[in-house]
Amino acid sequence: MGLLARADATRLAALFPDLPEHALLRGPETGAVMVRGRQGGTGAPFNLGEMSVTRCSVQLASGAVGHAHVQGRDKAHARRAAVIDALLQGDDSLRATVLKPLAEAEAARRQARAAKAGATKVEFFTMVRGED
Amino acid sequence: MYVAVKGGERAIDNAHAFLAEERRGDPSVPELSLAQIREQMALAVNRVMAEGSLYDPDLAALAIKQARGDLIEAIFLIRAYRTTLPRLGHSRPIDTGAMAAVRRVSATYKDLPGGQVLGPTFDYTHRLIDFALAAEGEAPEAPKAQPLGPVPRVTGFLDREGLIEAEPASDATPRDLTREPMELPADRALRLQALARGDEGFVLSLAYSSQRGYGRTHPFVGELRIGEVAVEMDIPELGFAVEIGEITVTECETVNQFMGSKTQPPQFTRGYGLVFGQSERKAISMSLVDRALRWEELGEENTGAPVQDAEFVLMHSDNIQATGFLEHIKLPHYVDFQSELELVRKMRREAMAGREAAE
Repeated sequence: MGLLARADATRLAALFPDLPEHALLRGPETGAVMVRGRQGGTGAPFNLGEMSVTRCSVQLASGAVGHAHVQGRDKAHARRAAVIDALLQGDDSLRATVLKPLAEAEAARRQARAAKAGATKVEFFTMVRGED
Repeated sequence: MYVAVKGGERAIDNAHAFLAEERRGDPSVPELSLAQIREQMALAVNRVMAEGSLYDPDLAALAIKQARGDLIEAIFLIRAYRTTLPRLGHSRPIDTGAMAAVRRVSATYKDLPGGQVLGPTFDYTHRLIDFALAAEGEAPEAPKAQPLGPVPRVTGFLDREGLIEAEPASDATPRDLTREPMELPADRALRLQALARGDEGFVLSLAYSSQRGYGRTHPFVGELRIGEVAVEMDIPELGFAVEIGEITVTECETVNQFMGSKTQPPQFTRGYGLVFGQSERKAISMSLVDRALRWEELGEENTGAPVQDAEFVLMHSDNIQATGFLEHIKLPHYVDFQSELELVRKMRREAMAGREAAE
């Protein structure tokens, strides 16, 4: 579900363009989720600020129910993610055709950023004071 | 006092049309797309998200475009928009220790596990205008090396030796100033929320004042890290937590001298800053102000410095409240002013009459 939530909406639509018939149980609806942090990174929680999230729940003709909470305000994205969530309960083929390409693209993007960050790792040398 | 006025409808409409035209600027210059603002003015977008207190880069880019680049106006637009959104819930506290960091530096340890990672920083640039950017051209691809993995928390090293105050974990529900009006005394959670959305310039100046001696903080940047963290939320329908997205945050932990008090042995103390996006000036400032505001719980002296005054800091840190109150004075105050005018005329008449009588 995290993968569908984080996915680029255009990419997801390209991977899975046609939605099967489904009924909307809730939404799609855009709202805000309060993101919490922890004092000192590890202590008691505090409210950092909100993020926009769109949620949707659908039911397929088979009866399978799917839910989605996706980052942002894209209702089509939330609906598509909810339908895929419902389909995944009976149809494992989507793992290869939809989830795998998304996971690979995400891993590649993360790897590239981590590698660029890795290239900026430094060694600081402390200069000794008073040395001639 | 502000008294309602009416009329001027056509003038207002025309002013807005004029504004729209000025916003567009010279039509022979290509119009900015939201993607261009989001990608190329990313730090402005980050500031609008942090102080607008809503993480949504596309919306922040739109607000910046609508506000003609006036960031406080853009923050105002975001704040107004967020009031229209239903609250779907709250996330689990984000785990910044598991951050996919692109930058991580420590001013306290030269050699530390995970290393000093500069990332996409302005530090060590020469601050010379780069005229090459005036010409169009492709940016060179940044070099790559061994990918950076998760990096351990610097304060964790001190914590293990008991040299820094403990930060006890809890799952207490924090007060939320967007749901109930801010009331003082404000606990640390509420103060951190206010500072996270507070005006960068104001928080920076307060932090600077504390460095210059108005409420001493003696901070070291134990660690500054920037990167992406997952946001997880408990979904009642599912009965478990799912990842609903990923956000970039900047976290700063300061390590401060502490001589000890009646109740506590000498050890280092903490200041904390956490801000949406890549906003390290703000995160460092926030951690200094957080630390200064903790004087009471640490049994320190109140020197009367502005940065130690929670009411002063928290009631003036919000730039939307500030600009709303400040800018309203340019709106019609005709009735108010008429009464003042009458009053001053009357007092002058009395003063003149008194002077003449004395002569």
